[in-house]
Amino acid sequence: MGNYRFNLLVCAGTGCVSNNAFKVKTVLEKEIEKHKLQDEIQVITTGCNGFCANGPIVVVKPDDIFYQLLTEEDIPGLVEEHFLKGRPVQRLMYTPAKDEAPIPKMSDIPFFGKQQLIALANRGLIDPENIDEYIALGGYQALAKALTEMTPEQVIEEIQAAGLRGRGGAGFPTGKKWEFCRNAPVTGDSSVPGGNGDSPPAAEKYIICNADEGDPGAFMDRSIVESDPHALLEGMLIGAYAIGASHGFIYIRAEYPLALERLTQGLEQAREYGLLGEGILGTDFSFDISVSKGAGAFVCGEETSLIGSLEGKLPEPRVRPPYPAQSGYMGKPTNINNVETWANVPHIINRGADWFSSIGTDTSKGTKVFSLVGKVNNTGLVEVPMGITMREIVFDIGGGIPDGKKFKAVQTGGPSGGCIPESLLDTPVDYESLVQAGSIMGSGGMIVMDEGNCMVEVARYFVSFTQEESCGKCSPCREGTWHMLNILENITQGKGQEGDIELLEKMGKYIKETALCGLGNTAPNPVLTTIRYFRDEYEAHIREKRCPAGVCKSLITYSIDPENCTGCTVCAKNCPVACISGERKQTHVIDQEKCIKCGMCYSVCNFDAVRVR
Amino acid sequence: MAKITIDGRDLEFEEQLTILEAAKKLQIKIPTLCYNEHLDPYGGCRICLVEAATQAAPERSRLVPACTAPAADGMIVVTNSERVLASRRFIIELFLSRCPESEQIRKLAAEMGVDPNGQNLDVVGQYLLKRAPKREATNCILCGLCVRVCQQIPERYALSLKERGIHRRVTPPFEKVAESCIGCGSCAYVCPTKTITIEEA
Repeated sequence: MGNYRFNLLVCAGTGCVSNNAFKVKTVLEKEIEKHKLQDEIQVITTGCNGFCANGPIVVVKPDDIFYQLLTEEDIPGLVEEHFLKGRPVQRLMYTPAKDEAPIPKMSDIPFFGKQQLIALANRGLIDPENIDEYIALGGYQALAKALTEMTPEQVIEEIQAAGLRGRGGAGFPTGKKWEFCRNAPVTGDSSVPGGNGDSPPAAEKYIICNADEGDPGAFMDRSIVESDPHALLEGMLIGAYAIGASHGFIYIRAEYPLALERLTQGLEQAREYGLLGEGILGTDFSFDISVSKGAGAFVCGEETSLIGSLEGKLPEPRVRPPYPAQSGYMGKPTNINNVETWANVPHIINRGADWFSSIGTDTSKGTKVFSLVGKVNNTGLVEVPMGITMREIVFDIGGGIPDGKKFKAVQTGGPSGGCIPESLLDTPVDYESLVQAGSIMGSGGMIVMDEGNCMVEVARYFVSFTQEESCGKCSPCREGTWHMLNILENITQGKGQEGDIELLEKMGKYIKETALCGLGNTAPNPVLTTIRYFRDEYEAHIREKRCPAGVCKSLITYSIDPENCTGCTVCAKNCPVACISGERKQTHVIDQEKCIKCGMCYSVCNFDAVRVR
Repeated sequence: MAKITIDGRDLEFEEQLTILEAAKKLQIKIPTLCYNEHLDPYGGCRICLVEAATQAAPERSRLVPACTAPAADGMIVVTNSERVLASRRFIIELFLSRCPESEQIRKLAAEMGVDPNGQNLDVVGQYLLKRAPKREATNCILCGLCVRVCQQIPERYALSLKERGIHRRVTPPFEKVAESCIGCGSCAYVCPTKTITIEEA
């Protein structure tokens, strides 16, 4: 690699790419060549920076200048000003609020300031499609250390001492899980190869990476695979050595094309370098990985369903015990962890259990990646130390709620989680505290809601998701979630009855107790927590047939406030059913009979004259 | 020799047993729907849930399906606590709401003290049996016995489960009469609600 005056790191995560990052990069390279700067400035594509709403993003190294929301048109001026004349362009920098000064340096932006990167250590720094860059930053050193200086038992001890817990949701201690699988006697018929399609080789023990990320609004596993695929591969290699597995699977969503491409590339490069296959790094350890694409069933996040799917069977959970560690893929001892868990492993081996366990709380060690979405100024992917409060995440990192609106709740754990109200914003983010608040850590989705969100509608949405995704094997989940959805739909349509809250509470409790797998055991959580913290909203829907947040269509009416209406006609022009009448410069009126409550008039009015009630 | 305690009675055993099999040895009856002793247990219908705990922590009991949960040494099982009975009533009410016409489901419900017209239903039972929307009439409870018997006994795979969640149903592959069907009648024989009938060719 030559010496360059500047390195321009162009973010090429899915968010930035869908906002034209590759075109921006092409123009950038063209402009640099036009000014004959190609020997001084290098343009590199990196994985996701996490600040997805502000893409496309370019970071200028070594100065750490952060440019955001770039378009192709911005580039000629940017190259000329910054790289020819030495004047960084303020207009393209991050600005916290309208009247504040722009913040030039990436590390000074609060969104990045409070983060601590382990699983995402290389994000935005390396080209994920180039294994050399991963190796240059210390990649595969942990594997070398594990293979040449540690016994498998020592690796497991280290992971246990670090206190790493599963990042997929339930938080089971990873080292323990590995130990169970390592100590499990080999079972089943060892001559049986794989399931459908190209059969993987028969092995005595297997490991699996669950990359079937399915929670609405969650995308941390995708981002890790896209920005640093080798971190995952190295983690799996170390795990396979510790457990004694000779084959691994990565079960990844087919809807993640970019992640899939980088993963496939990463596997090929690792094989070329002798990091996968026979006799890895000159030792007698052999291991390879095959990739399996999921067909989009949420229940495959449940490990026994995932194994069923890998075997070519219906993706249905199986009753445990036996646990996968005893009898998993093809009846062989199998260990499953998710992407984020695997990606933590090389760092623990490199830097030691003491370092890792110094981060976080007593029971939850290390960091957690969250996808911060919803009604928050800075949406994106954040990695924070365990024990940080919700308030810090939402208000410091997330920059608070847009448009001066009031915070209402933050939903964690996806459809299995719950809503945490403002009164619990100072709850530390760790496995136990979140459960106490009625939610779960889950895989790390974090959806922020403001006063404009109806909590009954939120509960209805999540239950509609789980009842749609219920596999249908066990009756409480299949039938029960369908009944719960009907009751919630009635409430949001103004057809709720007195006693429906108690009905939902009791039915939710029954479903939680009686369902077969994690999907059903947690499906009522969004309902139960919204009832617990926002009971008054349910009561308003049921007793007063009123939606306080102004969301539930059957319960709201739009009207025009004559005080504010200037008669600009914008609402009338935009109404899709032409139910707004009024002369220019005269107060307009909505015909309630014809109104379909689409909310178009409300969103186009520039004078705050449309009222929702 | 391992020992399991079910409803206060001890059973010593050496072989691998499920809780259901252990209970049978003690002549303790646990209701089942998706279970057949000749087939791999499934754990789907949830009617056989019992409360199980370890000797070390008897207060930390969990509801487990008796048909699949292995009996373990020192295990304490209760098959008739209020928690168990309430859960079973919930399950049978779900089935009664799904298959109101099924004679077998009605009979099992009656044995559990669930009367669709009765006054002793809790808020959930009231809803499920009186208010819940009616669906297309079926007697199939989706226990999957027909599918499993066809796979495991004649090994014909002439039936399978299609779609997921509430849309799930039993059908021959591609919804055509399965060429592999030999008309052995196993599926009709194991069906707990007598939903499958055999036509003379």
